[in-house]
Amino acid sequence: MSTVTDYTSDEIMTVTAAHALSGAMACFVGIGLPSTAANLARRTHAPDLWMIYESGTLGAKPGTLPLSIGDGVLAETADTVIPVPEVFNYWLQPGRIDVGFLGAAQIDRYANINTTVIGDYGDPKVRLPGAGGAPEIAASCREVIVIVRQSRRTFVESVDFVTSVGHGKGGTDRADLGLRGAGPSRVITDLGVLEPDPVTRELTLVQIHPGVSVDDARAATGWDLAVSPDLGRTPEPTAEELAVLRALTGK
Amino acid sequence: MIVSLDEGIRELVRDGDTVALEGFTHLIPVSAGHEIIRQGRRDLTLVRMTPDVVYDQLIGAGCARKLVFSWGGNPGVGSLHRFRDAIQNGWPVPLEIEEHSHAGMANRYVAGASGLPFAVMRGYTGTDLVSHTPNIATVECPFTGERLTAVPALNPDVTIIHAQRADRRGNVQMWGITGVQKEAVLAARRSLVTVEEIVDELEPLPGQVILPSRVVTAVAEVPGGARPSYAHGYYERDNGAYQAWDPISRDRDSFARWLETDVFGGAGAAREGGR
Repeated sequence: MSTVTDYTSDEIMTVTAAHALSGAMACFVGIGLPSTAANLARRTHAPDLWMIYESGTLGAKPGTLPLSIGDGVLAETADTVIPVPEVFNYWLQPGRIDVGFLGAAQIDRYANINTTVIGDYGDPKVRLPGAGGAPEIAASCREVIVIVRQSRRTFVESVDFVTSVGHGKGGTDRADLGLRGAGPSRVITDLGVLEPDPVTRELTLVQIHPGVSVDDARAATGWDLAVSPDLGRTPEPTAEELAVLRALTGK
Repeated sequence: MIVSLDEGIRELVRDGDTVALEGFTHLIPVSAGHEIIRQGRRDLTLVRMTPDVVYDQLIGAGCARKLVFSWGGNPGVGSLHRFRDAIQNGWPVPLEIEEHSHAGMANRYVAGASGLPFAVMRGYTGTDLVSHTPNIATVECPFTGERLTAVPALNPDVTIIHAQRADRRGNVQMWGITGVQKEAVLAARRSLVTVEEIVDELEPLPGQVILPSRVVTAVAEVPGGARPSYAHGYYERDNGAYQAWDPISRDRDSFARWLETDVFGGAGAAREGGR
């Protein structure tokens, strides 16, 4: 397979996220980068990927990238369309979904996520859209993958609001809360990949993208970033992956 | 049973009511929202899982004093600027919020539709929603002792939805993505359904949802009543309109001009069957 050097940081982030999906996984897909990554995976190495959108479309196979979670193309190509309460009660809550994809406006060292508010809740600096399906996706999927661009504004010491629980205060905190899914297993950014430490659950840089240095990742992190001694390097996207991705996004 | 849109809103929506206009990207009752603005309703508690552009418009027009919701945004575009202005600056009137997750809101409608006082679920645990939203509690399972989350039933005074078709007796037929609309109607004290068309006979379709006329208070024929969202089998989503809303809504003056021309202007009202 040929590799190319001409790609954007968003593109390598999306391709890396697509690699995290495999086989016939059931994947809970949100709109934006997660949807792009899941659709890329389905068109390349994971044709059997089973995509669920929270609008109630199970097994959607859209021919074009949907712009919203409820586009008509999702209903037309789905195995079945179910009411929204069933999405959460029959599919998510009992643990039938292998992987959930989430974005974040802020994320902390234990992968707790804020999509609610920047600043004080009662007097916000920036009011964000809020929780949507995220709290229960984070709680109940077997694992969670977070896709987020890395910067000091986003990777903060302490999130202003815990919308979705990652690993809580670290250690066994998540399990102690009684959350049944394993929580965030990977945080994929435009600079690299972070994974929780097996014991402390603190996010650790395990992989960096080509052309990115550890110092770049540290500079874009609002806490003292732990770095794995076995730091890996992300493979370059293949020409095929980029072609499929660009056909999807129209860029 | 079959009414005009302006009559339906006048008869069913009162100042101070709790009103749910539901729709999950598809079949959003936008024209009904505009008629609420035209009739100058005030102090409404607006309920919806996914308040988007039409709720931004209702909030900006000063119709709401409280919003109960789980995700507020312009899907695929960004923030709701009138919603933000109301929360951050109290403009045009202060807006109280009660915030949930989708799972919580969906379960609240299910409890409301089921005649139960609350719903049981796994959810919210460990999040800051618990300390900011009083309507989230824990309950012990009487059989296993397990701690679970409880949320109270939602029973709107009136639920408004948009559907593809109704017959002349007021039976409603909808298909495609039907979201939480059935539950929201069954949970409500009164309901208004706007439809693309009223037909003599409803032809059965695979995957359809039927709301029998006995649970529907009134039906109004409003072709295009979900625009700029879509009606499966009738018209596509106008993605450009969602993008165009962003600059219009950023600024109070441009929003006021939009209200004047597109909602209060004669053409907009006539198109939507308003007064």
